[in-house]
Amino acid sequence: MKQEKTPLLRREGSVKLLSSLLSIVIGLVVGGLIVLFVGLGNSEIGADGAGEGLRLIFAGILSTGRDASGALSWGFNPTNVGNMLFRAMPVIMTGLSVAVAFKTGLFNIGAPGQYLMGTMVSLVIALSIDTAAVPAGLVWVLALLGGIAAGALWGCIPGLVKAFLNINEVLACIMTNWIAANVVTWIFDGSAFRNMVENTKSGYIYKTSFNGVATPKLGLDKLFPGSQVNGGILIAILFAVAMYILMNKTTLGFELKACGANRHAARYAGISDKRNIVLSMAIAGALAGAGAALYYLSGNTEFFWTTYQSLPAEGFNGIPVALLALNNPIGVIFAGLFMAMLNIIGLQLTNLTAYNEFITDVIIAIIVYLSAFSLVIRMFLMGRKRKVPPKLGADDAAAPAKIPAENEKGGDDA
Amino acid sequence: MGESEYVIEMLHITKEFPGIRANDDITLQLRRGEIHALLGENGAGKSTLMSVLFGLYQPEAGEIRKNGVKVDIRDPNDATALGIGMVHQHFKLIEVFSVLDNIILGAETTKLGFLQRKEARKKVEAISRKYGLAVDLDAKVEDISVGMQQRVEILKMLYRDNEILIFDEPTAVLTPQEIDELMATMKEFAREGKSILFITHKLNEIMAVADRVSVLRKGRYIGTVNTHDTDKQELSNMMVGRPVQLEVVKAPARPAEEVLQVSHLCVPSHIHKRDAVHDVSFSVRRGEIVCIAGIDGNGQTELVYGITGLGRPSSGSVKLCGEEIARASIRRRGANMSHIPEDRHKHGLVLDFTLEQNMVLQRYLEKRFQRRGFIRPAAIRDYAQGLIAQYDIRSGQGPVTPARSMSGGNQQKAIIAREVDRDKPLIVAVQPTRGLDVGAIESVHSRLVAERDAGKAVLLVSLELEEVMSLSDRILVMYEGEIVGELDPKTTNVQELGLYMAGARRDGKGGAAS
Repeated sequence: MKQEKTPLLRREGSVKLLSSLLSIVIGLVVGGLIVLFVGLGNSEIGADGAGEGLRLIFAGILSTGRDASGALSWGFNPTNVGNMLFRAMPVIMTGLSVAVAFKTGLFNIGAPGQYLMGTMVSLVIALSIDTAAVPAGLVWVLALLGGIAAGALWGCIPGLVKAFLNINEVLACIMTNWIAANVVTWIFDGSAFRNMVENTKSGYIYKTSFNGVATPKLGLDKLFPGSQVNGGILIAILFAVAMYILMNKTTLGFELKACGANRHAARYAGISDKRNIVLSMAIAGALAGAGAALYYLSGNTEFFWTTYQSLPAEGFNGIPVALLALNNPIGVIFAGLFMAMLNIIGLQLTNLTAYNEFITDVIIAIIVYLSAFSLVIRMFLMGRKRKVPPKLGADDAAAPAKIPAENEKGGDDA
Repeated sequence: MGESEYVIEMLHITKEFPGIRANDDITLQLRRGEIHALLGENGAGKSTLMSVLFGLYQPEAGEIRKNGVKVDIRDPNDATALGIGMVHQHFKLIEVFSVLDNIILGAETTKLGFLQRKEARKKVEAISRKYGLAVDLDAKVEDISVGMQQRVEILKMLYRDNEILIFDEPTAVLTPQEIDELMATMKEFAREGKSILFITHKLNEIMAVADRVSVLRKGRYIGTVNTHDTDKQELSNMMVGRPVQLEVVKAPARPAEEVLQVSHLCVPSHIHKRDAVHDVSFSVRRGEIVCIAGIDGNGQTELVYGITGLGRPSSGSVKLCGEEIARASIRRRGANMSHIPEDRHKHGLVLDFTLEQNMVLQRYLEKRFQRRGFIRPAAIRDYAQGLIAQYDIRSGQGPVTPARSMSGGNQQKAIIAREVDRDKPLIVAVQPTRGLDVGAIESVHSRLVAERDAGKAVLLVSLELEEVMSLSDRILVMYEGEIVGELDPKTTNVQELGLYMAGARRDGKGGAAS
């Protein structure tokens, strides 16, 4: 490796990037092997089907279906790419939520609850204000702001509990998740927003387009015809850039990171650790709430309102996205896109082959699992660079000491 | 040939870690029945060498001999089997176990799988009678003093019939009287034919008990000398590699007006709910160094917490530059106070931050470092580079070095640079030289004296008697949360100070204010 010439900082950055890419590649390879073995062991699929499955796993986003002869055809598929962008939007936001909290030393496992509260408030606002009286654009903005505020308030609760009662935020987050799940069901149960028009739809809330409220497409529908994509993805990217600037360029980010890295030293330096813990959870919650608002304000998504039995996957998916991005807000954009791409690949696999959709869940699970190991992979890469096997406890070689410490932090979520 | 002259020989030991050669061709020969001191600065390789002897590390080159026969020590069990025992700097005791259980742990006598505590107790009692090491075998370790805990560690070695005893910085936690007792015990062991390796950087103790001294510097072996052929100055020169100023040079203090006034201060303990500081009153003036002396855990930490704002006083008043600050925020107090904290990893530094970020830990809000909430990285870089040059802070990558990867001495230098440069009327320095080597101690001491002479008030908290005696202009002794005496370093001596520290003597209550 020609690492000698590059500056140290970039070297560390490249190691980080490499570790994430490596965990993705390993995940895809293991996923591919599963597809292969399942295919070969199943007479309906056989060797040909297994080959097709394998190709879809690695390049499913470029699949355009089957041609006249029944063979898989390839090329740029605007619908798939557009849908990928659309599905990436909420996980980018929840990924940001988790990543920002992580950077400040907090594990926000409460993103699903914050996401639900954001969903509820933005849907209520978008459906209850008469667009005949108020311009739909203004209602859309109000609904987005309402979702952000609801997420922020919900995020505050574990923050307050942690700051003033020293109760672990993970416990408080898990409890507030289920409180949110029940509150949302309770509020919508009996509300006027349930879609009773179509007989089978009673479990769903109206789309916001029912009230004429929808995120502007900003021309993206022309670029990706036939897909659900809208301007929300651009807003999500803006949020990511804003978070990058906040965390790295501002005094507030400096305070938040100082509190996260060493609460005691921050206090010693006169920084209010309590305020910053609450603030960082509020920011995390706001991001999750914004993700929910953007997703449901798209105008063509329906919300299944009996949530008391299950929490939204988008909330939890923020955790692997943040891990894969190593908590870098810009990295979260790409990690979110990648997770959405896997989702699309899963659909392609189900639609075009005899594999059932659950196999992609297995692959996603493997990659998620490996993303938790990206720290271990990083340690391995760093160790190789120095051309020495990882040693136990060099008493004053400080560099290796850093990774176990970070590992501990990351270990909470495994 | 018969018996070798040496009971343990470590010949040409080389041990490498990534990027550093911790031990480079080191030879150490221990005679039977001698007390052999191993002297060196932090990072000189003493601990690594002992870890090699104890089987925790395998050396890349070199060999270990016992009684002239080459031995292979792969893990601590091998070391124990060879009769090597060690009292670690940080004790390896289980706090919730009784003293007896701690002593026999790992070397239990059993019958059919059942513990034979009675036999073990007889053996331990016999040993403790023989050496006068009295200790309550049924007490829990968490309830006994640090000195007693060390005694338990010593009994552990004796219980295992160890012949070669390693003491790693054993006196750091003891009172002067306890140190004397330990020295006597060590001499007694040596008379009996046990061989002792004594790791330290305190020259007084070496001169008092050791027969020979081996000196290490930066991983290399410098030499071995007989104690009665050398003196402290020569030893410190060998250790540091250049002539060192052992005594603090300072002009008489010229104290001016009072900067800090503490009256009737009570501060709750950070461990339990009771007050750890009771009704303490004193003041510190410009141009003087006032030292709070005392054995660790007598309320010094809490007193500093109460003054600096890390803890909340339960009652009493603290006036800084005429302003009442007992309830003020830390940032408010910081306007007139620099604080070199006791625990540099917990409070002093954000270890995951870079050196330059740590340099502006309190100052990032100042106009020169930020504009409308946006940090000015160039200004911070310049400022950090200035301090690095001025205070000779050494690090791998300059301002962007992660604080975690710096050596302890340089971390401390960074904190002192930051705090002194903030240029506040009061400097609270808590154990500013803890864990530093002779060269670094010299520079910290001269820096504090320079600040005093520049008209700062310095409140020093120290556990090191030599530091207390040489640096301070006034000494306040704390015992069980109270100030029990005020002493003048020019007229008192270590023995008197020790009596106050142990609670054996005290001035009239509350008479400590100047």
